[in-house]
Amino acid sequence: MTELSSALQKTPTGIQGLDEIVGGGLPHARTTLICGGPGCGKTLLATEFLVHGTLQYDEPGVFMAFEETAEDLAKNVASLGIDLEGLIAQNRIFVDYIYIERSEIEETGEYDLEGLFIRLASAIDAVGAKRVVLDTIETIFAGFANESILRSEIRRLFRWLKDKGVTAIVTGERGEKTLTRYGLEEYVSDCVILLDVRMENKMANRILRVVKYRGSAHGADEYPFLIGDTGLWVQPITSLGLNYPVSNEHISTGVFQLDEMLDRCGYYRGSPVLVSGTAGTGKTSLAASLVDAACRQGERCLYIAFEESTSQIIRNMRSIGIDLEPWVQQDLLRFRAARPFFYGIEMHLLLLQKLVEEFQPSVMVIDPLTNLISIGSDSEVKSMLVRLIDYLKMKQITALFTSLTGGGEAEAASEVGISSLMDTWLLVRNLESNSERNRGLYVLKARGQAHSTQVREFRLTDRGIDLVDVYVGPEGILTGSARLIQEGRDRISLQQRQAEIERRRRELELKRKAVESQVAVLQAELETEEEEFQRALTEEEIAQTMQAEERESVIRSRRAPSNGGAQKNQEEA
Amino acid sequence: MTSPNRPARTLHNENSVEELWELRLYVAGQTPKSLEAFANLKKLCEEHLAGNYRIEVIDLLENPRLARGDQILAVPTLVRKLPEPVKKIIGDLSNTERVLVGLDLRPVGGKKNAPIPRGGEIENG
Repeated sequence: MTELSSALQKTPTGIQGLDEIVGGGLPHARTTLICGGPGCGKTLLATEFLVHGTLQYDEPGVFMAFEETAEDLAKNVASLGIDLEGLIAQNRIFVDYIYIERSEIEETGEYDLEGLFIRLASAIDAVGAKRVVLDTIETIFAGFANESILRSEIRRLFRWLKDKGVTAIVTGERGEKTLTRYGLEEYVSDCVILLDVRMENKMANRILRVVKYRGSAHGADEYPFLIGDTGLWVQPITSLGLNYPVSNEHISTGVFQLDEMLDRCGYYRGSPVLVSGTAGTGKTSLAASLVDAACRQGERCLYIAFEESTSQIIRNMRSIGIDLEPWVQQDLLRFRAARPFFYGIEMHLLLLQKLVEEFQPSVMVIDPLTNLISIGSDSEVKSMLVRLIDYLKMKQITALFTSLTGGGEAEAASEVGISSLMDTWLLVRNLESNSERNRGLYVLKARGQAHSTQVREFRLTDRGIDLVDVYVGPEGILTGSARLIQEGRDRISLQQRQAEIERRRRELELKRKAVESQVAVLQAELETEEEEFQRALTEEEIAQTMQAEERESVIRSRRAPSNGGAQKNQEEA
Repeated sequence: MTSPNRPARTLHNENSVEELWELRLYVAGQTPKSLEAFANLKKLCEEHLAGNYRIEVIDLLENPRLARGDQILAVPTLVRKLPEPVKKIIGDLSNTERVLVGLDLRPVGGKKNAPIPRGGEIENG
């Protein structure tokens, strides 16, 4: 089997994603059946097969149109930027319109469809075709009555195509219980692709499935696809695994304090971030901050808005000092505003991918994710989100999803399904107290990052987002004016305490001064006493000196007879 | 129109008021089926449109591109180009009854349903 598949030559369709699903292309020189209901994109797929064939692989093609004229066909694909008429004029594609009107045809006796073979052969020769499309060959069943002839002729046709070495697509309308109304699948044994349009909740989902591909590995799932302005677009991402590269780089949240809370760096690049909160808590503002910061670094951002229009978001963000308009003008920021119920959930995924492929952004915002969730069942949403996030991670796109929660106890529980996919989860919530509503921001989780576990008060100012430490006091956390009042109170009491200290200092000073002055008085008294004492002492000394002198003079005078002095004293006595 | 084996219109003007029947037989090679178809057609025309018809045989193997003009898929195909509207009969024309119905010819006599030629109905490829 493996030998066979390696030997199996493939012819690429050139349709994005489809070649990936069928492992390289349609079986070379074989016939592939494309079946599906009306308007499912069979003709478009077939036309693209031919157009890409000649443009990309230099393989001219023949289109045998049983349902539309060449002009109609060209007109239908012109809107997709395909110049079919030009290619016809250049002899790179040959369109043969086959008209069958049963009312004009009478059958008598034996016949075969050699005319068809001859036309096909001449068309193939005319352009040197390597690819052939028969759209829709089943029309011949409506044109001719003899089914046994038709069946053997169709079998012969497929064999003939194989002998011709052309890779062919035949299209078939879907039948009631069979893949095609006339059982074409019986004759096509190599490759059968089914296209389908499913209505779910009044929304159309286009689905592609490879029913059979002999000798080749192929994706067996149902792949949603789009018919966009570039044609058919399918992206097989169910095959993604958990082996994407991870980045150690960070990307700023656009809010300095929030970067600080997240390990001082911000979000991990390429990681999904969930910002959840009740209405009006500033989720969009957080998203806009991220976008603004990224655009400042010259990075491209994609903003998917499910609730507000582009101009509304720009206006609202301007009121908090974030001007996104210049980024839009520089084409660094692209908005896509659409109501979620315009498409089914798979269509949304595909559209998102298409936008990402076209724009290659490094940051993507989905605001709000919850609106997307409302259009599908839980399992569908989960499956879609897993693939979306895997895809974004692989693309290294930092994605911020906002999520509107109803509030209350259940809010965290209801988001468990989503949040487990997210690497960072911020919760913004209203903190109500004193008949006032304030916003608080928590980092609920941040995988692989040391992060603050504190609640911050989250304020929207005219200069962007400001995160303030909340007041944590004995009465719990205080925010808003309560915080302001408390802070005021604190300030006043501080002032009061300071004043008290000052007063006591002054008192002490006074006291000291009083004591000092008392000391001075006492000192002065002491000094006075000392002075008096000294004076008295001196007088005493003088008096004593004088007495002594007097006594001496008396003595001397007493001794005068014997000597002059004493004599004199005696004389005086 | 320039096929060899039938009389020109002028020769039959005196015959009736009916216009010329212009028939084309598309075949792919000289297969038994195509030979039989031609023989059946010839016989039928002689019986019902004696002298008032012409048959052009186109071999698609020789002129494959002509198949597009008259939107031929099956062979043999007999195309009634005139009188209008265009009619197609496929097969070896072995069932005479059906061929006559297909050609809008009454099986009895040379009378037909006198289709009025209408210019706008010519389809072409």
